Amino acid sequence: MLKYIIRRVLQTIPVLIGVSILVFSLMHLIPGNPAQIIAGEGASEQTVRQIEERLGLNDPIHIQYFNYMSGVLQGDLGNSVRSGRAVSDEIGARFWVTVELSFYATILAVFIGLMAGIISAVRRYTVADTAIMVIALFGLSMPNFWLGLVLIDWFAVGAGWLPEWAKLRPSGWGDSWRQVILPVITLGTGGAAIIARMTRSSMLEVINQDYIRTARAKGLTDRIVTYRHALKNALIPVVTVVGLEFGGFLGGAVLTETIFAINGMGRLTVQAITQRDFPIVQGAVLVLSVLFVFVNLIVDISYKLLNKRIDLN
Amino acid sequence: MEKKELLKVEGLKQYFPIKGGFFGRTVNHVKAVDDISFTVYEGETVSIVGESGCGKSTTGRAILRLEEPSDGKVYFEGTDLASLSKSEMRKHRKDLQIIFQDPYASINPRQAVSDVLNEAMEIQNVLPRKERRKRIIELLETVGLNGSQADRFPHEFSGGQRQRIGIARALSVNPKLIICDEAVSALDVSIQAQVLNLLDELQEEYGLTYLFISHDLGVVRHISDRVIVMYLGKIMEIGDKKSIFDNPKHPYTKALLSAIPVPDPDREREHIVLRGDVPSPIDPPTGCRFHTRCPFAQDKCRTDVPELKVHDGMREGHEAACHFVEEIESGQLKPNYMETASF
Amino acid sequence: MEETILDVRGLRTSFFTDEGEVKAVDGVSFSVPKGKTIGIVGESGSGKSITSLSILRLLAENGKVVDGEVLFKGENILDYSEKQMRGLRGNKISMIFQEPMTSLNPVFTVGQQISESLTTHQGMNKKQAMAKSVDLLKLVGIPSPEKRVTQYPYELSGGMRQRVMIAMALACNPEILVADEPTTALDVTIQAQILGLIKDLQNRLGMSVIFITHDLGVVAETCDYVAVMYAGQVVEYSDVRTLFRRPRHPYTIGLLKSLPRPDADQEKLVPIHGMVPSPFKMPTGCRFAPRCPAATDLCREKLPDLFDDGEGNQVRCWIYDEEWPGPKEVDVFGEERIAKG
Repeated sequence: MLKYIIRRVLQTIPVLIGVSILVFSLMHLIPGNPAQIIAGEGASEQTVRQIEERLGLNDPIHIQYFNYMSGVLQGDLGNSVRSGRAVSDEIGARFWVTVELSFYATILAVFIGLMAGIISAVRRYTVADTAIMVIALFGLSMPNFWLGLVLIDWFAVGAGWLPEWAKLRPSGWGDSWRQVILPVITLGTGGAAIIARMTRSSMLEVINQDYIRTARAKGLTDRIVTYRHALKNALIPVVTVVGLEFGGFLGGAVLTETIFAINGMGRLTVQAITQRDFPIVQGAVLVLSVLFVFVNLIVDISYKLLNKRIDLN
Repeated sequence: MEKKELLKVEGLKQYFPIKGGFFGRTVNHVKAVDDISFTVYEGETVSIVGESGCGKSTTGRAILRLEEPSDGKVYFEGTDLASLSKSEMRKHRKDLQIIFQDPYASINPRQAVSDVLNEAMEIQNVLPRKERRKRIIELLETVGLNGSQADRFPHEFSGGQRQRIGIARALSVNPKLIICDEAVSALDVSIQAQVLNLLDELQEEYGLTYLFISHDLGVVRHISDRVIVMYLGKIMEIGDKKSIFDNPKHPYTKALLSAIPVPDPDREREHIVLRGDVPSPIDPPTGCRFHTRCPFAQDKCRTDVPELKVHDGMREGHEAACHFVEEIESGQLKPNYMETASF
Repeated sequence: MEETILDVRGLRTSFFTDEGEVKAVDGVSFSVPKGKTIGIVGESGSGKSITSLSILRLLAENGKVVDGEVLFKGENILDYSEKQMRGLRGNKISMIFQEPMTSLNPVFTVGQQISESLTTHQGMNKKQAMAKSVDLLKLVGIPSPEKRVTQYPYELSGGMRQRVMIAMALACNPEILVADEPTTALDVTIQAQILGLIKDLQNRLGMSVIFITHDLGVVAETCDYVAVMYAGQVVEYSDVRTLFRRPRHPYTIGLLKSLPRPDADQEKLVPIHGMVPSPFKMPTGCRFAPRCPAATDLCREKLPDLFDDGEGNQVRCWIYDEEWPGPKEVDVFGEERIAKG
């Protein structure tokens, strides 16, 4: 097992190098001179030169990559060409906001998704099952920018609807639940739907297994058969989906943050793109990618741990 | 009459690597088949019998090079198949066909039966295209299906009929040797008898040679001329059917035969019950592979690999791989344990 | 007269599918004497497994017992509530299955799975149940049971897993053990271990065994009585010696003649022609008529009853009706059949 973990960790190294190369080449993949683009169309040649100089664009490309990476490894992601502040500071201020938003969305998705999936599987082919699956299909098909706008229209415009019964600001984001709850719903709904469908199909598959028949043949109640014998097995594939969803939420946060004007990584990235602030874009994409790789690593390891007993070898 | 050697297997080994460690290095091998030799003569049926993990199916696949053997020679009519290039091998494929346990798994479900057979003939280029349709109908009738079923799809047939399609496909290229890999194991008794009889008739009619791989000793006794008993990748005993069933010499063969329930309630039988499970082929026991379960095992069995040879009281061609055949027969060597059971 | 512990009368079980009703079991009767083994033998699709699952009402959701009685010590357990049935399952009537590899739950230890029966039916606490589980593993011949009890199924071989299944089934000292092809997935030498174990435990504990199998060798050696099933019905029921010495139903005769025997040389096998009828298109008369070489118009039109010979041996074939005009004992798979082969 330890071997597997070490191997799996070592495997992330080439992935991370690949990611860093991709992120680095962002600036060079754009047609035209990046310095010119940053400076804007009317800029003087001298300004462009200065920018080139500052960004080291005149060095050979592998030297540029080496310089960038040695900076990255020391926590230096360069400076914003707009504000002049360190990219790491800009990101650091917003990183936890995004993580927190994704985290709450994951909790919501898992909680709702599991409940709905289990109810659906246990009461399969009933009205409840059909209703849940129809709702899940809606949840899945709704783009979250649209859902976000609808939620704002329904709840925020008719303001005061959501009670202000708690303050929540571990990351300094959101004055109240009111500001937290709508974005979390927006972001988490799609995931909840996926988890519900996944849980249902996984449960149905498990319910037909021989060992479930064995459990029934022992004279156990349906409750114990379902929640002890079936659920524990059914959850194993769901774990992977939960991990992937969390990763997906990091990406989904870009839209959600923009709609709800939350000052997180997503919004930062969007702003940086519109302002052609390449160092910020690079830094944000790099951090999100690393986070995604890391989450996947954890998912893989926990799946292996859970699945160890099923592994017939 | 001089018997003609059709297939001669020499020192065949099939090791499957086990990947592991940090970079997927090969850390060990499954020794599925470990240095076996035997000969199959033209027109006879030789069975390989043994329990799961003994390497019987792997042997069949290695002969056909469905998996490349790790070592050894496979002479077919004097040519070493194992040393041929892929394209040369393809020419010989026509002479060696295989029928699997589950024909459904080896037939493309989207092809009509006629296409399945046509494809086989196409690959080996056995008949001009125009004559093939006629041949397909003929083949189907040979295996007891109706010629009018040629354009049906595999799922429209029952298990027994699908096995007939598998046989027709093998026959379509006029092979000399057919390897039957658990070919009747999945069939119900009444259907199994139909297929076994069909195999019998085809052998007579076309002079086919069968290498019959099975775990079912009743079927093996019925169909074979000679029998090879395998255990953990090694041949334990080889001989004509009568010798193996009526005069088994290896303690494993004896235990195996004794363990089968017999459809005769009037015969009160005590069965020899072997201890424990078959060990893993990854780290097979040293010396004689069977020593961990053998009631007669001695120190020598733990260290020396016994040679497959004729012992006293055995006919020509009947060989056993056991150090103590004579001592066990004479009663000189007493068993270390003897567990028996009646069911 | 032997004491009967279980009496199955006119059992009918159907599955309701999109394509219609499948009468998987259609009028099955047999009785299980106390302490004896009864074999239910048949080929795939004969309904033998469905019969056993019907007794414990463990059918898939779309399956339902539609008619008949299952009398356990005189009480019809088909009238039992689900709660009463749970009290029987794993307690008075236990079951083991064909696939030891998949019949144990992969995420619980062997001990946890055996304990469950004990805590459910015998009111033991977890500690007592775990201690009893070790004893049970010892009973079924598993070496170092203290260690095994904490292991997961994937750590055990197929033979070991079937032993665990047996330990689990015997946990509450059941009166009946239903064994559904318990050795079919096992190798011959392991099968011998398991069959020997079941017989030994039966002798010691005095339970009755219902043995479901397709293997006539296993039937001959393990069973006292045999019910032969074909296409959802019992076609012949008798004691094991009579069945093998003097099989009476053409299907039983055909089955025995098509079996390649490990204990004798045969020149030629005599197969039964054709195949089992589709459950959607059952013949109106005798279900075996389309494959039976002795079938007459009567056979094709009217389903025969089970005829009793007065000694408890029953056969579902018109030949044994009093009105039957022809000879009583016909070797329906005679020489001319062999020629047709």
